Amino acid sequence: MKFGIVVNEGPYTHEASDSAYQFTKAALEKGHEIFRVFFYHDGVNNGTRLTVPPQDERNIQKNWTDLAETHNLDLVVCIAAAQRRGILDENEAKRQGKDANNIAPGFRISGLGQLIEAGIEADRLVSFGD
Amino acid sequence: MTMDEAGAPNGEAKKFLYVNRKAPYGTIYALESLEVVLIGAAFEQDVELAFIDDGVYQIVKGQETDGIGAKNFSATYKALGDYEVTKFYVEAESLAERGLTADNLMEIMYEDEDDDWAEKPSIKIVNRAEMAEIMSAQDVILSF
Amino acid sequence: MSTLHTVNKSPFERSTLVSCLNHTVEGDKVLMIEDGVISARKGSAFEELVKSVQENCALYVLAPDMAARGIGKGDLVDGITPVDYNGFVDLVAECDRTQSWL
Repeated sequence: MKFGIVVNEGPYTHEASDSAYQFTKAALEKGHEIFRVFFYHDGVNNGTRLTVPPQDERNIQKNWTDLAETHNLDLVVCIAAAQRRGILDENEAKRQGKDANNIAPGFRISGLGQLIEAGIEADRLVSFGD
Repeated sequence: MTMDEAGAPNGEAKKFLYVNRKAPYGTIYALESLEVVLIGAAFEQDVELAFIDDGVYQIVKGQETDGIGAKNFSATYKALGDYEVTKFYVEAESLAERGLTADNLMEIMYEDEDDDWAEKPSIKIVNRAEMAEIMSAQDVILSF
Repeated sequence: MSTLHTVNKSPFERSTLVSCLNHTVEGDKVLMIEDGVISARKGSAFEELVKSVQENCALYVLAPDMAARGIGKGDLVDGITPVDYNGFVDLVAECDRTQSWL
């Protein structure tokens, strides 16, 4: 079965990203396909490479980056939500005249259409949030 | 595996329900979910909106936001008719619990192309049981 | 055609559980995750509400979230089935759609 996953909250403050990650991992281990993981609202904050969590805690951004690399996942950060919250890739930083970018490996910035597409193409869409 | 009974065969529009349960301005969910509806309109799916619990406050009339410095985005709901989003299901019990009636809601209309472009109300007040049935009929439910 | 409803907040914090249970139809399934597992503990003020839904809907609770909150299998309201993340995935696949009550 093809799953679409939506993550509506950022790392650590809410359990949403952890729950989504564990669900996604389990789905992959069971042989399902993950069509896309879409990060919206504060969920875009999962996609910054600048977090430095304590060594004895899970690294949520790294969890997603590693999972994406192992399974060739499509992790999409919503551009509108990202602009509001300061998550930029190199192109966006140039376009917006900002002096830095911070997107984490494995994540890409794209439009809300990617969320709708996930709803259309996936067999099941599951949202994790507040 | 191709789409199951609940999904639509390739090419056919899916039924999308956007569930709005939060008041505007206290959090960003009302605004950002509206942005999804607007973008989603381009995909020609069968889109319906549900307003339940505090979500009914998203479409009350008389919102004035200068005092809190936030953009008043309530007028955007009125424009959704032009994007073929014409079904706003508002839960009767949610209104009543909050001391509201249909008269407190904005007038949201659409033009029915199948009826000589007659102007019709997009808002349909439904009770809880009807709302549950509406939810059961959807292919995709989006919550924010 | 059935729906899997997920509830992730404690019923003492939010009205999500109540709203969810007001909108289930016969044959639906309800899964409590994250802080939502608090409503699965027997003896709480919400036990009667939870039990009343069981006539129409199967109730599930995410075991890892239960364990994190010190809720053991013996602490659950009768008839609620603990599942792990694999079970969560199965529930999503078995039902026709998932509705996350956020």
